[in-house]
Amino acid sequence: MEYLVKKLYKLIDTEKYAGYILILPNLIFFSIFFVYPFLSVWVYSLTDWDLFSSPRFVGLSNYIRLVLEDELFRKVLLNTLYYSFVAVPTALFVAFWLALLLNRAMPGTIFFRTIYFLPYVTLMSAAAIVFSWLYHPDYGLINYLLEKIGIHGVNWLNDERWAMPAVIILENWHALGYPTLVYLAAFQGIPGELYEAARIDGANWWYQMRYITLPLSTSAIFFTLTTSLIGAMQTFDSFFILTKGGPAYATTPISYYLYQNGFEWFKMGYASTIACILFVFIGLITLIQWKLGKTWVYEG
Amino acid sequence: MGYQSTKKNIMGDIIAYILLSIFGVLMVLPFIWMVSTSLKPPEEVFVFPPEFIPRHIAWGNYIRALEEIPYKRLLFNSFYIAITVTLGQLLTCSLSGYAFSRLRFPGRDVLFLIYLATMMVPLQVRLVPLYIMMSRFHWIDTHYALIVPALTSAWGTFLARQFMLTIPRELDEAARIDGCNYVDIVFRIILPISKPLLATLGIFTFIGTYSDFLWPLIVISSVSLKTIPLGLIMFQERIYLETPWNYVMAASTVSVLPLLIIFILGQKYYVKGIVTTGLKG
Repeated sequence: MEYLVKKLYKLIDTEKYAGYILILPNLIFFSIFFVYPFLSVWVYSLTDWDLFSSPRFVGLSNYIRLVLEDELFRKVLLNTLYYSFVAVPTALFVAFWLALLLNRAMPGTIFFRTIYFLPYVTLMSAAAIVFSWLYHPDYGLINYLLEKIGIHGVNWLNDERWAMPAVIILENWHALGYPTLVYLAAFQGIPGELYEAARIDGANWWYQMRYITLPLSTSAIFFTLTTSLIGAMQTFDSFFILTKGGPAYATTPISYYLYQNGFEWFKMGYASTIACILFVFIGLITLIQWKLGKTWVYEG
Repeated sequence: MGYQSTKKNIMGDIIAYILLSIFGVLMVLPFIWMVSTSLKPPEEVFVFPPEFIPRHIAWGNYIRALEEIPYKRLLFNSFYIAITVTLGQLLTCSLSGYAFSRLRFPGRDVLFLIYLATMMVPLQVRLVPLYIMMSRFHWIDTHYALIVPALTSAWGTFLARQFMLTIPRELDEAARIDGCNYVDIVFRIILPISKPLLATLGIFTFIGTYSDFLWPLIVISSVSLKTIPLGLIMFQERIYLETPWNYVMAASTVSVLPLLIIFILGQKYYVKGIVTTGLKG
């Protein structure tokens, strides 16, 4: 016993072994719950399995069915693209302007920054439930306010055309604070002398924004674009609570379809295949972004 | 020139305030409406046109909402799970963060790259294997399934490493000369001066765990084991036409409150966490 304690002391006194020991608790959990599931999902994707009987190896047939035959999957894929490529750019665009406004040297900006951030820390399940009340076709606050400015309200959650915008509005309300904060931090890192020099040269506000602020925050824009798109392609909570994927699958994204296959219909193999495709899909879009990013991100 | 520019600034400031206020109102409106509805007696909920200030304040809604589903039980579950997960992550992430940022050992950089790559893998990709693993462990419908797989995170490890890279090396070198071993250094030197890191990581982990929806939805089915997000949708799963909006909004208000309080108290650290991972990530 004493020998072991002594041995342990010697280990944590050696840089190399101390490193392994300090990482160990993390690494154990990480390997079991992150690495192993990520590796085994590819194996499960090659099986047909209802969880109750034993899994049956089916080769690539899940992939073939999913890509070539499953029309629902095609719809779900398009929904995911529609959602991601509308929600993310609008949120980032608005966040950029809000951050510009918050970046002015005037009192009260911290107050506004806090206000804009409150939705982001709110749990999505509560937010989605509050919005399902706001979207109520007859007694909802949103339709009432629209009526006030002369726009006839719609049946947000039960209309195939409006259900997706309804989710996008909720998600953007919820997410807006995050990119705003990142942009604000990026703006504050731009040296003030640049603006001073531009002002001496007679550059107006628009030129300063266009030729100093914008180029010097491209790496922040790139970062938020990449992470927000990755996040958008796995959005689940708001769809599940607000629209349940409906009406008529108009708001079912890949994540929801995966959930249905796996945990409502118990098609574990097929759900794994969807998971793998989702991963490849996110990877591809991220890769394209990295490639495109090289053409417009300014690295100072 | 000086006069002109100040005049212009004042005009600009006024316009900025107006725009910021419009957006501010849009951002808080859902909160105001939530609290307003939560205080209305049933006959006022469906009044049209809507009124923001209830004519009769019905505090009783909160008592009803807490009794409707075993809400107190769910609050307790949510808190104890979120606190346990947070403490666990603080420990695993800060220990490994130190090793990744400071100690040299073979395989370190490859390992760290694997952690970084995992940050890109959505939960959905791991969902099916993780569920199957839980059922093999007989952890389905237990709190183990919510706590144990969450005791580490790639993001937390990354944050801890980035923070510890900024601590001057002289501190641990001095401690080494004084005869401290590496575990002593972590607990006596590094952790005490890493309070901003622990606060940031703690706040993020707590909020994230408390809000988790998809994973608890899949693994928990007993009402007494549910967490707050699952409790909230229990209201919704009743007959849709008769959603008791005032109770639902009272329950939502209660569920949001802890997060808003934590955020406002820890805002400094929260903002810092976003800026470090958001700009240098």
